[in-house]
Amino acid sequence: MKPINEMKLQIESRSVNEAFARAAVAAFAAQLDPNIEEISDIKTAVSEAVTNCIVHAYPENVGKIHITATIYENRLFRVRIKDKGCGIENIKQAMEPLFTTSGGERAGLGFAVMESFCDKIRVLSKPGKGTTVVLEKKFSSRGAEND
Amino acid sequence: MAIRITAEPMRLTIELTGEIDHHNAAVFRLEADEAIQSSLTPTVRLDFGDVTFMDSSGIGFVLGRYKIVESYGGNVEVINLSGRLYSMMQLAGLEKLVTLKRKRK
Repeated sequence: MKPINEMKLQIESRSVNEAFARAAVAAFAAQLDPNIEEISDIKTAVSEAVTNCIVHAYPENVGKIHITATIYENRLFRVRIKDKGCGIENIKQAMEPLFTTSGGERAGLGFAVMESFCDKIRVLSKPGKGTTVVLEKKFSSRGAEND
Repeated sequence: MAIRITAEPMRLTIELTGEIDHHNAAVFRLEADEAIQSSLTPTVRLDFGDVTFMDSSGIGFVLGRYKIVESYGGNVEVINLSGRLYSMMQLAGLEKLVTLKRKRK
């Protein structure tokens, strides 16, 4: 698959950056002329992934979050959200709806929401090393004639 | 983002505006809980009509308020939901705990 365009972003794991991260990725995706639903899907999925980094990857400290958004041929959009935080012991369990390690007000639905709003999601993680979440979404053909 | 609170004898209405994410939910939570705990009305209505974005933190927000209101025997209504927010809350199974109402077109 040939990448057509790419954007890289590095932010600190501060919750105030959640809105910036999802808006930045959505703004980059705008060149594909997605519809409003598709933009909301991307914003929501990115928001979940970035929140996971802030809440889980770096629970006690502020670390770096690396976001790469890539546009491929055929309107395929891929976002990689990478941290060097604590990692996930059991990925399968972490992805189960309603499972959460943080208690409080986290609903345990972050991965479920990412799965429902993206076509594909991949999670790579090593305890103590960090986690990478890859989100993929193929945008509908609306506006394709303008490419 | 802002929160508007209207207190009536039997019902407290909490209107949320703007984006609900993990960062903003903390502020919404603080203000909402203060109003709920000082009034303890039988019905607490959460108005999502002016919410422009929500991730799963919005679901956590509703769940958290439900737990408080349920603890004193009250009930929670979530109103003015867009189609998108309605389906997210359904995905989370919230309709078993609270009343979900869509936005009128």
